Amino acid sequence: MTDMPASKVDAALKPPRNQWWDVWDQFKTHKGALVGLIIFSLILFGVTLGPFLWRIDPTYVDPNPVNMLKLRNQGPSFAHPFGTDQLGRDLLARLMAGGKVSIAVGMTAMLLSLLLGTLIGVLAGFFRRLDGILMSMTDLFLSLPLLPLLLLMVTLFREPLSQRFGTEAGIFMLIVVAIGVTSWMQTARIVRGEVLALKEREYVLAARSIGTPARRMVLRHILPNVMSPIMVSATLGIANAIITESALSFLGLGFPPDFPTWGRILFDAVDQMQLYPLRVILPGVAISLTVLSVNYIGDGLRDALDPRIRGR
Amino acid sequence: MLDRAERGHRKLVEIKGLKMYFPITAGIFRSKVGDVKAVDDVSFDIYEGETLGLVGESGCGKSTCGRVILRLYDPTDGSIRIDGVELSDADSGTLRKLRPTMQMVFQDPQASLNPRMTVAAIIGEPLDEHSRLSKAEKLDRIYELMDAVGLNRNFANRYPHEFSGGQRQRIGIARALALNPKFIVCDEPIAALDVSIQAQVVNLLEDLQDRLGLTYLFISHDLSMVRHIADRVAVMYLGRIVELAPRDALYDRPMHPYTQALLSAVPEPDPEIETERKRIILTGDVPSPANPPKGCNFCTRCPKVMEICHNVNPPFRELEPGRFAACHLYEDTDTTAGKTAAQEELTSIQQGV
Repeated sequence: MTDMPASKVDAALKPPRNQWWDVWDQFKTHKGALVGLIIFSLILFGVTLGPFLWRIDPTYVDPNPVNMLKLRNQGPSFAHPFGTDQLGRDLLARLMAGGKVSIAVGMTAMLLSLLLGTLIGVLAGFFRRLDGILMSMTDLFLSLPLLPLLLLMVTLFREPLSQRFGTEAGIFMLIVVAIGVTSWMQTARIVRGEVLALKEREYVLAARSIGTPARRMVLRHILPNVMSPIMVSATLGIANAIITESALSFLGLGFPPDFPTWGRILFDAVDQMQLYPLRVILPGVAISLTVLSVNYIGDGLRDALDPRIRGR
Repeated sequence: MLDRAERGHRKLVEIKGLKMYFPITAGIFRSKVGDVKAVDDVSFDIYEGETLGLVGESGCGKSTCGRVILRLYDPTDGSIRIDGVELSDADSGTLRKLRPTMQMVFQDPQASLNPRMTVAAIIGEPLDEHSRLSKAEKLDRIYELMDAVGLNRNFANRYPHEFSGGQRQRIGIARALALNPKFIVCDEPIAALDVSIQAQVVNLLEDLQDRLGLTYLFISHDLSMVRHIADRVAVMYLGRIVELAPRDALYDRPMHPYTQALLSAVPEPDPEIETERKRIILTGDVPSPANPPKGCNFCTRCPKVMEICHNVNPPFRELEPGRFAACHLYEDTDTTAGKTAAQEELTSIQQGV
């Protein structure tokens, strides 16, 4: 618009709009991702707002032993839509409370492992001097037997952390960190490989010839282009974290026994699986739905972030 | 086009004794066992406003030479002065301040544009790095640059994969122009384009040179295109410059046997001349730059090889005003003898080229 007369300026001439609008436009066209987003939002709303509508305490056990025994292992009814568990606690309330914890653990642990993995992968791939050390460290972590290590971490740090931050917050942090620091290695390796290939591309050289400093080069040219593998590990990471947390709860090393998580509910139900299959199916379906919807969201996001696929 | 060479007599780029060795490592301890001598003792000057063509076959170090001049690699030895500022040992901070004077256009327009950035973001990147323009000013400048290289302003929000090769190269050129550079290294900017687009891009480069007074180092293996655009031409072989001369002199009367062979490989459009002319066919392969022959680099393939060529590396000397060559054929004689020798070559071999 410097020297052109106003009449000649094309009507379609728009200032560059925010790229995230393009991303959203593309995301909307991915049906699976949209369905996944809706389901995941429903689950999120359910576990966060649900307890305000369904006001039964998930840890409430009837103090009267006779009532308690009567209420045990009930099937679905109006009073308890999903039935009750082996102590007569309402399963719907437990699923909502447990989902909040499980999803929070999954998300935070995934973010932590993603952050670690991407950071280490990018540093190792971009700076040749760091490559040897960081990749040896990655291999070292990969060679550790994870479950014993997790058990060791939990037994060592559970008490001090519980005392300092309170039982629930302390164990939450412990589990998130434990899962985070034992699951970043795959991401780091994939990211490093991608970065090694990307940094030889001519547009990185072009950025160097412009005088772009290394850190902006990474942010502007490297990171957006390793987005797809990061996205994939992120979606797989959430699933992995939820399942690892379930496994820890299952082993009795996660949250305290009366504290509901999806993994713990599953663990409690497994004993009487043949008599009351619904109590296994419900938390199982909840975990699967969450993981599946997150995977689809990740899929759609990955496609939407790639301008070469966009608009197809 | 001739007046362009005479326009500036100030040396904008001065290269002296430039060496770029890439180490070869081997073994468990990655110990250094040798060097790939990609650029080996290269010296030349580029005058302000001229186009210096740099030709040679694949792998002779042309691109490395261009990149090391812009300090995209750290040179092993030698001096690079652009606009009077020494670059070879400048630290990254100093270098960053000098970047706006020198820019590069890359060979593969597909690979040199980030697929995740819009055209506006790609052209605007140098502005983000080196200027403090407001958003609107930056957009104005981007549109201005897009006009300058003949891109429709409506394309600003599009991504590189939506463009043809020629348009992508225009984006690359616009990016190189964004900071008003004085010196642009064009690293085979037309090699990845088809012939009809090559002409467009070369004409655009010439046009921009006339308008903005740019100085080019035009790296190419396309001899006819170099003849079209360059004012002076340097011929490289295995990391060294074997001949440097004004364009017409070089094409009419090549002095170095390698230049003669190179020019005789250019096809002749006239079939009658084509069948009659004798081409110099070089035998053998280019020696490895990790292990160049003793003496002259070209001695293994030179049709006029002499005893001395296997032992002594010929110095790069000025044989006539403005004409440099590194060849023993022209040694121990004065320049007139060199000239006659070259003319003999011309009549015997270079018919019609």
